[in-house]
Amino acid sequence: MENDVVLTMRGICKSFPGVRALHNVDFTLRKGEIHALMGENGAGKSTLIKVLTGVYTKDEGHIQLDGAAGDVSIRSPQDAQDAGISTVYQEITLCPNLTVAENMFIGRDPNVIVPWKKMEKRAGEILDSLGIPARPKQQLGSCSLAVQQMVAIARAVDMECKVLILDEPTSSLDEKEVEMLFSLMRDLKARGVGIIFVTHFLEQVYAVCDRITVLRNGELVGEYEIANLPQVELVAKMMGKELESLSFIKSDPVADMAESGVVYEAHDLSSAACPNAFDFHIARGEVNGFTGLLGSGRSESVRAIFGADRVTGGRVLRDGKPVKITRPIDAMKQGIAYLPEDRKDDGIIADLSVRENIILALQVLRGFWKPISQSEAEQFAQEYIAALDIKTASADTPVRSLSGGNQQKVIVARWLLTHPEYLILDEPTRGIDVGTKTEIQKLVLRLASEGMSITFISSEIEEMLRTCSRLIVMRDRHIVGELRGEALTQDQVMRTIAGGVD
Amino acid sequence: MSDIKKKGSIQWSKYAQLIVPAVAILLIIVFNLIRDPSFFSVEITQNNDGNNVLSGNLVSIFNGASELAVLAMGMTLVTAACGGQDISVGALAAIAGSVFVKVLKSGASISIGTIILGFIACCAVAVIFGTFNGTLVSVFRIQPMIATLVLYTCGRSVAYWINGGATPTVSSPLITALGGFIPGIPVPTPILIVIVVAVLFSLLFRFTSLGIYTQSVGINQRAARLNGINTVFIKLLTFMILGACCAVAGVIAVSRLSLINHETLLLEIEMDAILAVAIGGNALSGGKFRLSGSIIGAYAIQALTTTLYAMKVPSTDIKAYKAVVIILIVVIGSPVVKQKLSALWQKLSPGKAVA
Repeated sequence: MENDVVLTMRGICKSFPGVRALHNVDFTLRKGEIHALMGENGAGKSTLIKVLTGVYTKDEGHIQLDGAAGDVSIRSPQDAQDAGISTVYQEITLCPNLTVAENMFIGRDPNVIVPWKKMEKRAGEILDSLGIPARPKQQLGSCSLAVQQMVAIARAVDMECKVLILDEPTSSLDEKEVEMLFSLMRDLKARGVGIIFVTHFLEQVYAVCDRITVLRNGELVGEYEIANLPQVELVAKMMGKELESLSFIKSDPVADMAESGVVYEAHDLSSAACPNAFDFHIARGEVNGFTGLLGSGRSESVRAIFGADRVTGGRVLRDGKPVKITRPIDAMKQGIAYLPEDRKDDGIIADLSVRENIILALQVLRGFWKPISQSEAEQFAQEYIAALDIKTASADTPVRSLSGGNQQKVIVARWLLTHPEYLILDEPTRGIDVGTKTEIQKLVLRLASEGMSITFISSEIEEMLRTCSRLIVMRDRHIVGELRGEALTQDQVMRTIAGGVD
Repeated sequence: MSDIKKKGSIQWSKYAQLIVPAVAILLIIVFNLIRDPSFFSVEITQNNDGNNVLSGNLVSIFNGASELAVLAMGMTLVTAACGGQDISVGALAAIAGSVFVKVLKSGASISIGTIILGFIACCAVAVIFGTFNGTLVSVFRIQPMIATLVLYTCGRSVAYWINGGATPTVSSPLITALGGFIPGIPVPTPILIVIVVAVLFSLLFRFTSLGIYTQSVGINQRAARLNGINTVFIKLLTFMILGACCAVAGVIAVSRLSLINHETLLLEIEMDAILAVAIGGNALSGGKFRLSGSIIGAYAIQALTTTLYAMKVPSTDIKAYKAVVIILIVVIGSPVVKQKLSALWQKLSPGKAVA
């Protein structure tokens, strides 16, 4: 059995100031298997991956590769790459201002003079064989997020790695692209590559994986054959408790308040990023959602309402009265809050503390001349750290050092602190574990029952069906349908997105 | 017990940024104590005007660094918000100084009224030039160093035009008091001015949200904008504040000599100001900052210069010696060394935690 093992990690420990990220964790990867690494926020998945790839140095433990008896020393990402360990991270770590081909080959050739012509040709072949819609000479930044992700995978694949780590690769891919990636993963598996797959999508785990290792609070829960671990049990193991049935959280179908209690409405609204004018309205206490494939214009539409991009036309009404929204601050003053899709680039102020990140929006609303005092800020921070169960060493900790899900909670806290009337959540659960996902869904429904209007956007249709009472369906930057009540089924949504409605 | 330790470590990390500048100053002090214990003696002497004043190397360090300290404070804000530096501060101080002198000369005699008027005028002019720099950076999104290269290049010519090419003197007991000592107060006036400026800055941070705004803009401009911050205005504001700092520095420098020499006034001080920000542990790429670090940095630079003068190093050689010390300070403060040190710290601390 030990013969086909490609990677063993034993007794891995890693601590950060104030946080024990990994404690005595074991991990085994065999040749030609897809191994899921699962766990909630802050369970230690990312840390384990970063130890393996040399981003962090482990405090204790052993790592062996390819059945060799001695430990391998991985001190830098370069060491890991040389040892045949390739990684595609959750957040894209390529250079957007270089070309696709340059991104695929940069840092791999020790020669000073680089045969770019040859590389471009090679890049073209790889992209073709993987069916990635990008040209080698294209600037990477001009590709969609999904394509950039796939270029990163292509780069890793081409390095003929023994261990391929995919850290949340599917968060920003649509279904077709995910399927494409899966067939690629199966292909690599057949060639004997060991693949570590970190994801929060349970269905995806069961679609491609052979084995699952579960972590919780930095400790190993266990390693399981996929066939022996039903989905419900997996979730229970990740959360460390019996799972409450997710499907029943929407207690009653939220009463359809329809046109009667409309708070915000938009007419013929368009922006620089969303050129096709659209109409929109939302009632008090309503949860609605924008759905559609990646790039269908979901985010662009809500961004137009918030004034995040340059508004080019249309008008917005609040309680029937026209209001002028051209910049985010205008929207905020009208009681609108927007949690952006891209947490890293648009959401967190990475180097500032959790406390400063939480009070930021309220501070801006109060104005330049009315700073929030230290004691008041600390009070707000403690209140929301407790309310949303944000896992942080202290309110003073830089938000950068929190896990993705906790960073997201900090941004949710930031907007809740402004007591908005209308909360727009753009992919709030992307890259977040099941437990936090459920928490956020519950929070959405609770806030709505208290009268807040909420627009909820998610790539997971199931999640939207659970929380939204009305779904606006978009395709190719146009609203193509609106579903409510009985029509809110996965089937119907799919058909509307695909254009099969008659 | 462990709780106390934890609290202590958090407080410690809060001030970690100040370690490098503090160590730099400490090294210079220790070096001087060994070299010549009388270096730090401060005594009261009578100056030419018959006032009892403090004198000694320590006083001349604090006094001499006044312009630099004021500029370093403004430079810190620009660095934090824009992720770049203003290299035109010396030239702008020369312009401000020229305007100050021009106003003083235009009246029949120099009174407190004309001095106040002159200061307001040169402040206004400097803020306008600061706005020019800031507009290039914030509206046209030009790299700060390139944007301010314009004023760096032409600033001293502008200063030359203001007084028609002359280098007029402004002799008045009031100006001497401004650049030297106010009768009855033994502390040099420039030091008092720095204290006033520092207090103004701390009031600015206390009663406005400038601190969190500039840092947010510097760290993540897109997120700052989505949180309703007017990023263009904040960047502009930091340049306007730096403009006002240039005016203060220009007035101090003019008053010291009672004349304006547009060619040599605060020549090359921009590099020292940037260096003070860096020694203060502030990232030149912007974001989080500590004003106190930059102020300590300014005094460290001046302490170094004064030490070298006291060692009778010829003024032509001083720059070379300075460079050597600066390399040391910057390397100690570099991320690589910091990382190694904190790794060493972590290795040592578990033993402590058990005990």
